[in-house]
Amino acid sequence: MAGGARPDVPGPRPALDRDPGLQPERTRLAWRRTTLSATAMAALAGRQLLESDAPGAVEAVLAVLMGLLWLAFVTLAHRRMRAMTAGRPPGLPPRTALLLVACTLALALCGVVILVRPGH
Amino acid sequence: MILTDGLRSIGAAVRLWFSPARVREEGATPDYRFSLANERTFLAWLRTGLALVGGGFAVDQFLPRLHEGLRVTFTLVLLAGGALCTLRAVNHWVRCERAMRRGEDLPVSRFPTALALAVAVLAVAVVVLVLLGRTD
Repeated sequence: MAGGARPDVPGPRPALDRDPGLQPERTRLAWRRTTLSATAMAALAGRQLLESDAPGAVEAVLAVLMGLLWLAFVTLAHRRMRAMTAGRPPGLPPRTALLLVACTLALALCGVVILVRPGH
Repeated sequence: MILTDGLRSIGAAVRLWFSPARVREEGATPDYRFSLANERTFLAWLRTGLALVGGGFAVDQFLPRLHEGLRVTFTLVLLAGGALCTLRAVNHWVRCERAMRRGEDLPVSRFPTALALAVAVLAVAVVVLVLLGRTD
């Protein structure tokens, strides 16, 4: 991000300036809430798989896939939360936003597969 | 006419997601606090999407005696709604970021109203089904 000294931009410029809104802190907590939501959703999805009468190869592949998607989600969020500790945090990289959305979409798609798979 | 306009705007939006560097070429970098507020809004919408997907799983798991067709329909509607919410989250985030860089007004949207109405209809439907005893 093209940061640097910008006399025309209001707000705290140096990293040590006081930020009365605690914006990075609030954003970090928002990320934490989001990872908790993702974890709860993944747990429900896992419970759904456990309820199958005869778990087979399809169920195993789905479980591994959803575990990896959850891991990717949490890792991306963790990296962003680390970036938030900088005094003047950089903007959210659009790639991170897109990857998070892709993870969520893939998890929803796994849900559809769980629902319509044979033997359900 | 409306359809082609709609398709064109969807195309433009998708192009914008995949070439986000273009957003950063425009205008001036806003105060980082505004960008962080936009990021939190994005996360709130993402959580809404996650909650809808989780709700879909919950309907399938916790209403086992609901008629099979109804249960699958509710679940699929909730999963699709969750997917739509997450797509909207990233779209709205990019549009807000661009508006802030250009110094324009933030985009307005009918999506929250539409989502609220859809959730209300779905909730009323489930309440009616439970009252009619169709779930046990």
